[in-house]
Amino acid sequence: MNVAVCVKQIPDPAVPGSLSADHTLDRSGKLILDESDSYGVEMALQLVDAAGGGEVTLISMAPNDEVSGLRTALAMGAAKAILVSDPALAGSDALSTAKVLAKSIERAGDIDLVLAATESSDGYTGTVPAQVAELLGWPALTFSKHVEIAGGTVKVQRQTEAGYDEVEASLPAIVSVTAGVVEPRYPSFKGIMAAKNKPVDKVTAADLGLDAAQVGWAGARQEITNVEQAPARQAGEKFEDDGTGAEKLVAFLEQLKVV
Amino acid sequence: MKVWVFAESAADKVTTATLELLTKAREIGSAVEAVYAGSGDTAGIAASVGAYGATKLHVIDPGDGLPGQVAAAGLAQLAGSEQPDLILFAQTYDGRDAIARLSVKLDRPVLTNGMSLSADGGSLVFGTAVFGGVTLVDVKLTSDGPALIAIRPKSFAAEESGGGPAEIAAVAAADAGRAAEAKVLARHIEEQQGPKLEEAAVVVSGGRGIGAAENYAPLVEELAKLLKGAWGASRAIVDAGWVPYALQVGQTGKTVKPKVYIALGISGATQHLVGMKNSDNIVAVNKDGEAPIFSVADLGIVGDVHKVVPALIDLLKAKQ
Repeated sequence: MNVAVCVKQIPDPAVPGSLSADHTLDRSGKLILDESDSYGVEMALQLVDAAGGGEVTLISMAPNDEVSGLRTALAMGAAKAILVSDPALAGSDALSTAKVLAKSIERAGDIDLVLAATESSDGYTGTVPAQVAELLGWPALTFSKHVEIAGGTVKVQRQTEAGYDEVEASLPAIVSVTAGVVEPRYPSFKGIMAAKNKPVDKVTAADLGLDAAQVGWAGARQEITNVEQAPARQAGEKFEDDGTGAEKLVAFLEQLKVV
Repeated sequence: MKVWVFAESAADKVTTATLELLTKAREIGSAVEAVYAGSGDTAGIAASVGAYGATKLHVIDPGDGLPGQVAAAGLAQLAGSEQPDLILFAQTYDGRDAIARLSVKLDRPVLTNGMSLSADGGSLVFGTAVFGGVTLVDVKLTSDGPALIAIRPKSFAAEESGGGPAEIAAVAAADAGRAAEAKVLARHIEEQQGPKLEEAAVVVSGGRGIGAAENYAPLVEELAKLLKGAWGASRAIVDAGWVPYALQVGQTGKTVKPKVYIALGISGATQHLVGMKNSDNIVAVNKDGEAPIFSVADLGIVGDVHKVVPALIDLLKAKQ
């Protein structure tokens, strides 16, 4: 079974983010594998293992031919990657991104299952997996916290507001997985060394047959009209607990009349 | 402006998020209609959406498919003939499925995670927040066609219009293609006792700092019960399997806006802050004095939750 995993390389969330002059997220620094995507990579590796054959292909769109996040996922065990990097893609919204990913999945060929995170940690639109599915004409099993494959069918536990639903579809299909669906492995030293020589197919929007008008700022068809700091919450009080912390909490709650 | 709202229900009752969207739709639109993908008590749904201003309820039967995904085909067909200017969705699981597939069918961009929306003359101004709510961004769409917008629950108040039941109109079956192949085999409700997270006046949430799954009940649940509140969790402990997903507060979980939010052993990652930052009052207990949660807390106690919380519980019990 061949599995493609959509992975995003993002600015390190541990470092405070900033916006570029065009109001898009500043992605000029080092990019890393979005932690949310490590779950999809791990899930894919386990499913391919369980199927007894096949390989995991990574699909990523990133500026400046960025590969450091891809190398992390390759070191975990993915076989190869398709990287779409093109200045024409700057400013791409969720739909443009989905168009790029769908075309890349078609380029990969012979894919039975596509995995993605439910949303990226930086953009968090939360629509890309279902948009990719619609572009490919595939079923989408979204927000999955448990995934099983048996005889050409994928069955998931899909999160709902009240609990979860058991949902099933035939392959090929796309599944978006929540964080925590599996425990991602740490790349081994051997894996890290091997990742350096794994193939990364670098392509442009034009290579995928996408017109520049469909992607990037042109495709997004929106403009950012204002950026401002949110009104900060009034500075609160902070105390080191010297044994009276609980009393301070009670006094605060009493003042609010909740006790 | 003709505005549609993608209506959702839980246990045959229209969700509060839907009612919030209808209230906003009334403010910016001259005509408000709802589209609902589901079966069951549609007359009850029509009465509820009508009471919040929808004059018509378009009903799509999703069968045993995922409602949002199957609905997109019917919605696209309907939007093609009736030309709404704006379709509003709640930032929920089914809402995101529906807006995603519809955006492809109509080849329209989506704006999601909205927290404000207004009409500036004929054009819409959509507001969202980035970097965990620190920076506010306004966006305008620059092309014609229905605006597809998803709004985070709790962004607007829900207010009745006093309208009568909406007129029910069944939407002709549309071919959803392979989207309809995803079948719901069974539904599982993870029952929660006590008030609902989204509606409680007091919410107590626990994070990694509580140390272990078995500490959740005696610290977080116990305190919440004493305060007649609901209990929630950070993504970290949901991912770790300590508590069910239904308790998650944050970007990927529920958005809450209680009178008092009490964060126990939660560091306050961006992902969490987005879901609770607009609470009226925020209290935090965490042993790391540098934790970002303290930047939004009205009262912060830098201390061990295993000492502070049991002492607090004792004091509250003594008062009863």
